[in-house]
Amino acid sequence: MATVHYFASIREKLGLSTEQLELPSQVDTVNALVALLIEQHGSSWEEVLKKSSVLVAVNQSVVSFTSPVTNGDEVAFFPPVTGG
Amino acid sequence: MRSLKISIQEQDFSIDDECAVMRAVHKDIGALATFTGLVRELDDENSSQQSVSSLYLEHYPGMTEKNLQEIAEEADLRWPILDIVIIHRIGELKVSEQIVFVGVSSMHREAAFAACAFIMDFLKTKAAFWKKSITENQERWVEAKNSDAKATEKWAETKHKR
Repeated sequence: MATVHYFASIREKLGLSTEQLELPSQVDTVNALVALLIEQHGSSWEEVLKKSSVLVAVNQSVVSFTSPVTNGDEVAFFPPVTGG
Repeated sequence: MRSLKISIQEQDFSIDDECAVMRAVHKDIGALATFTGLVRELDDENSSQQSVSSLYLEHYPGMTEKNLQEIAEEADLRWPILDIVIIHRIGELKVSEQIVFVGVSSMHREAAFAACAFIMDFLKTKAAFWKKSITENQERWVEAKNSDAKATEKWAETKHKR
C-alpha cells in the first residue's frame, strides 16, 4: 500500500485529504500513479493533478513526476508553498 | 549551530519570551536578530477588493519540520550562528495576529541579520505551508509570488561559506 496525501487547494478541489492504495507493479513512477488516480477517481481529477504548477513529494522530499514510487511510500500532491 | 528550536503550533507566541530565553541561556551572544510576520489587512493581489479578515494556514506534518531543519542547517553552513528559533503558527489567524517568528543569535550582528533574512526567504519558498485568505464573502488560496522566488534565488549568488 502507498499513502497519498493532498494539501491546500488540491485537497479542496479533490475533496480528499488522504487515501491508501495498492500500487500494481506497473505503477512505478509518479506519472503512472497520477494516471492510476485519474482512472480510479474520474476525469475531474485530471485537470487538478495535471496542472503544471502541482508539486509532488515522495517520502517527504520534493521530486519530479518521473521519479519512482513503490508500495510503502508516502506521496503528497500540493500547490506551490505560501507560508510565512 | 548550538541549538535549534522549531515549533509549528496553533497557539500564539511571545517575542519577549523567546528573546529572553535566547539571552538567558548563553553569555556569549552579542547579537540577536528577529523577524515577526503578521496578518496584514490589505492583500497586495486583491487591494481593490475587500479587506482580509483572517488567514488560514495549513502545513504538511513531518515534511514541514524537515524543510525548516534543512533551511536552518543551510544557514548554519553560511554564517557563524549560535542559536536559531523558528516558530510558525497554523490554523485560522485574524488581522494583526502573529504568524511567524525567526530569531537568530550570533556573536556579531552581520551573521544574525543575514541568517534571519535567509531563513525567512527560504521559509516562504521551500517550507510546506499554504495560506488561504478569507474576506467577508470569499475565501481564496494565496498564489506563490514571483518576488519571493527571486528573493530566494538571490542567495545563490551571494553564497559564501564561512
